[in-house]
Amino acid sequence: MKDTDIKRLLYTHLLCIFSIILSVFIPSLFLENFSILETHLTWLCVCSGFVTAVNLVLYLAVKPNTSSKRSSLSHKVTRFLKCCIYFLMSCFSFHVIFVLYGAPLIELALETFLFAVILSTFTTVPCLCLLGPNLKAWLRVFSRNGVTSIWENSLQMTTISSFVGAWLGALPIPLDWERPWQVWPISCTLGATFGYVAGLVVSPLWIYWNRKQLTYKNN
Amino acid sequence: MPYTTYLVEKGASHSFVAEAKPPTVTMPRIKALMTGSLPGFVDVVRNLNSPALLEDSVIRQAKTAGKRIIFYGDETWVKLFPKHFAEYDGTTSFFVSDYTEVDNNVTRHLDKVLKRGDWDMLILHYLGLDHIGHISGPNSPLIGHKLSEMDSMLMKIHTSLQSKERETPLPNLLVLCGDHGMSETGSHGASSMEEVNTPLILISSAFERKPGDIRHPKHVQQTDVAATLAIALGLPIPKDSVGSLLFPVVEGRPMREQLRFLHLNTVQLSKLLQENVPSYEKDPGFEQFKMSERLHGNWIRLYLEEKHSEVLFNLGSKVLRQYLAALKTLSLSLSTQVAQYDMYSMMVGTVVVLEVLTLLLLSVPQALHRKAELEVPLSSPGFSLLFYLVILVLSAVHVIVCTSAESSCYFCGLSWLAAGGVMVLASALLCVIVSVLTNVLVGGNTSRKNPVHPSSRWSELDLLILLGTAGHVLSLGASSFVEEEHQTWYFLVNTLCLALSQETYRNYFLGDDSEPPCGLHVEQGLDGATPAWQDGSACDALERDKGHRSPSPSQVLRGHKKWMVLASPWLILACCRLLRSLNQTGVQWAHRPDLGHWLTSSDHKAELSVLAAISLLVVFVLVQRGCSSVSKAALALGLLGVYCYRAAIGSVQFPWRPDSQDISKGIIEARFVYIFVLGILFTGTKDLLKSQVIAADFKLKTVGLWEIHSGLVLLAALLFRPHNLPVLAFSLLIQTLMTKFIWKPLRHDAAEITVMHYWFGQAFFYFQGNSNNIATVDISAGFVGLDTYVEIPAVLLTAFGTYAGPVLWASHLVYFLSSETRSTWRPSTWVSQHLESQHLASQHLVSQHLESQHLASQHLASQHLESQHLVSQHLESQHPASQHLASQHPESQHLASQHPASQHLAPQHPESQHLASQHLASQHLESQHLASQHLESRIQIPGEQLSSPHLNQQLVSAPSSITEARSPSLHFPIYKATVFRIREVVNPPPWQTGSGL
Repeated sequence: MKDTDIKRLLYTHLLCIFSIILSVFIPSLFLENFSILETHLTWLCVCSGFVTAVNLVLYLAVKPNTSSKRSSLSHKVTRFLKCCIYFLMSCFSFHVIFVLYGAPLIELALETFLFAVILSTFTTVPCLCLLGPNLKAWLRVFSRNGVTSIWENSLQMTTISSFVGAWLGALPIPLDWERPWQVWPISCTLGATFGYVAGLVVSPLWIYWNRKQLTYKNN
Repeated sequence: MPYTTYLVEKGASHSFVAEAKPPTVTMPRIKALMTGSLPGFVDVVRNLNSPALLEDSVIRQAKTAGKRIIFYGDETWVKLFPKHFAEYDGTTSFFVSDYTEVDNNVTRHLDKVLKRGDWDMLILHYLGLDHIGHISGPNSPLIGHKLSEMDSMLMKIHTSLQSKERETPLPNLLVLCGDHGMSETGSHGASSMEEVNTPLILISSAFERKPGDIRHPKHVQQTDVAATLAIALGLPIPKDSVGSLLFPVVEGRPMREQLRFLHLNTVQLSKLLQENVPSYEKDPGFEQFKMSERLHGNWIRLYLEEKHSEVLFNLGSKVLRQYLAALKTLSLSLSTQVAQYDMYSMMVGTVVVLEVLTLLLLSVPQALHRKAELEVPLSSPGFSLLFYLVILVLSAVHVIVCTSAESSCYFCGLSWLAAGGVMVLASALLCVIVSVLTNVLVGGNTSRKNPVHPSSRWSELDLLILLGTAGHVLSLGASSFVEEEHQTWYFLVNTLCLALSQETYRNYFLGDDSEPPCGLHVEQGLDGATPAWQDGSACDALERDKGHRSPSPSQVLRGHKKWMVLASPWLILACCRLLRSLNQTGVQWAHRPDLGHWLTSSDHKAELSVLAAISLLVVFVLVQRGCSSVSKAALALGLLGVYCYRAAIGSVQFPWRPDSQDISKGIIEARFVYIFVLGILFTGTKDLLKSQVIAADFKLKTVGLWEIHSGLVLLAALLFRPHNLPVLAFSLLIQTLMTKFIWKPLRHDAAEITVMHYWFGQAFFYFQGNSNNIATVDISAGFVGLDTYVEIPAVLLTAFGTYAGPVLWASHLVYFLSSETRSTWRPSTWVSQHLESQHLASQHLVSQHLESQHLASQHLASQHLESQHLVSQHLESQHPASQHLASQHPESQHLASQHPASQHLAPQHPESQHLASQHLASQHLESQHLASQHLESRIQIPGEQLSSPHLNQQLVSAPSSITEARSPSLHFPIYKATVFRIREVVNPPPWQTGSGL
């Protein structure tokens, strides 16, 4: 039971990684002069779209939580709208945090906002897929001992690693190497992406190694 | 500069790019130009007040050769070479805001002097360009005007020299050079390319130049100028010069003279090498010199024998090349060698520094401990013996080294008393280190035996603090991170705010998940044999205790205060963001537009005035709350004086006099403020001293500390430029917010608070517009209220003005820690504010208690399971009441007498009763023990505690419960009651065991 779960987790995560890799290569078939660094904003949009789509598809296909009892259409629609609002709110709040961290207020606003979008894609979208627009569940998952399944555990890990990646991505900005990727916000978006990928890779392995110690209340 | 460009490109001139060695400030650069030596960084400090130059220089040689030297320009020259100039007019260079008068001061003499022509050497030092750079940077439109003015000056001098040349036999030499460059921000002092590279143009009719001969300026050293000038003037090369002759200058001369000049220069350099390097004979430069000298001799012989041509020329150019190579190597090896190292003094310094460092490192675990106290053990006889031995050895070493030393040694030059003091310090530090080490080794064994408390695990905040500090230290390895250190601090402070906000949210929304869950707690005490009921009841009791005694924090802090706690990290973040855009510092982004520049531009004087007035008002409102009324009045007047001072020097304006033109230096206003600063500081110190004499008066001590803090704030308000006043206001605002809404409710320990203060202090250093570049030091702060340059106050004021941010945060830290220790002793808040140490002690009690209960229950349960069960059930039903009674302690006896259940049980089970009573008696002893322990822990509180009625009640009640508990049947409930009482004390409210631990 548990091993199959971990396997499913690993496959979904591999699909997510695959979608990020695809977002690097597919647009170059359709667009000329596409590269991550030079047309960074396009890549951000594409990547965010791919990751969101894959997450949604995986959510519909795998359905890790079987809690949805009511399944009327209106309920589903309101749920979906709520998710959209939550996503936008998280984008804007990330934007505010970046500005507070020192991102320029007026110039490069689009770049900053797209960084907020991609970070929300890596963090908020999986949360919305797995937990739904339910703030209490979010608080539970991100408190110390509130995890109830391996899915939530891996969610916690990927989210935190994305944040840490974005945070670490800001470090090389002041260095005088004069590289194209040191420009705001490229290093941060790349950091967030690497953090997310690292979280995706590490969390199934970590869960696999610690599967004896992990006990969840519901299992 | 059309004329200069023409001269460089077409005229009889040689142009170079002269590289100035850092520090690129005026005084060391003049020294380098005139002596050819390499001045050190000490000269940056001396730049403010230049003492007379004692070393050999071109000026000195010219003076002894009887040349007439005339100087106009920067006063530094006059200070460096007093009595050397036949005629001079110095201009003070520290009034940076003036850039026309300083140059007119030079130019007005020019016509007269050029006409007279009664001089051999004329030195002009124009300051205007440098001043424009300081004021408005290298992109200012003023620069263009200034450069064309300088160009016309050069043309005037050059034409006048050319017209004179016909009368005199010797050609003139016109040298145009800069002492240092100008950085992107328009200042100088550091070692960027723009600051280090200076132009050097030598113009003379003696230089031949064919038309179409395009030369690219060569890179040379600034120190080469001295040697070139000396040779050109026919003077001896200054003794300490490490420069080599600029060879293109003498290229037009006959071969014999060229060789002679080079020989002179190499001889001078090799002599310098002989003085400074003991093994000079092995130096490659010296070998080359010897070789070329031999070749030179051969050449001379050949030259004297036969006057002809090709062989001579070939050999000559070979000698020339040899000489030039020798010069280059000599110059290079000298400029690396010239810095003399005083090994002995350096070693003594290193030893002392290392000892202090070791001591600090050893005491870090202690200081980071919850109590944040540092104990330096000193008084052991073994160590005093060691101390005397070390002193003896050190003095012996000192005598031996100083008597046998050949070169001069700073430490040996000190008086015996000072040297002895240093040795005493070194040996004392050594002994302290040894004793601390032994303490750590011995103490480590005992502390390892103590059980590790689960509550002592690290929170995210501690992790951040540790990682941030370590990361900052590591980041200093990269030069860009040093240049942009402000970014590191802003980043860390922002992350700290986010971590704090996460902590507040966790505390207020998730409750207390750091509290160990109930089941876990009981499992520790009760093993597998434990009957189920015991487990359940204990757990129940614990939980109910929690529910009753420790309301969740949201209940304690109602309404707006709760929201303030939640919002304050975000407010602080917003403040930091605003401050960050006030001053751009660093290197890479320093040229970006910032609010500070916008405010200081003359069009926005009204906005600046409003901002300054509001900031001063905020400062007053925030500071006055902790002051006595006298200091309050002084503070208000002082802040008013600050505004008047700024209005007097013309940086802000009064609403009723919008365009006043009368600008003074504001001496009176500034001194008015100084009086109040001193007054407040004096009152604070007085209060502090008084509180030391009257030991119990904690309040006076806090007030005194706060007054000292406010005095420093007032001084900073005076010294800060008006656009920096918001920095001060925000600093106080953040301090208030942090104190009220973060540090006090979240109960951080002293180490965390100290580190946070340090971080904020560092961030505020950069918010002020400082950076690690020496050029950003605001020298004008040293001249507030002084009409002339007075060294000590100027240096002190400049230092305080520069480090105001860290100093203010440090003084706030002192105030905060002292007020915290006071409030924890306050009797009225004692119960709710459990000291952590008390908490730890009581945890021991819990485990003891649970164990004893466990034993008791095992014993009883095996024999009288049912009866016990009844009792316990009964007791449980009584439970809330007993709790209630426990808090109102004297009535617990009442409960005992009212309690019939155990009495009822007695006749039914005489045997069990007997056993139970036996057992209970032993338990009773234990409970007595616990109670007395508990009382002891309470009694430790000093005298004023005893006066509180609450404690008196307890002191009375506990013995009475013990005396009442004679009969076994009565005693049981009392025991329970006592147990509950202890329990409720030993389970502190959850927010105290929260993540602060």
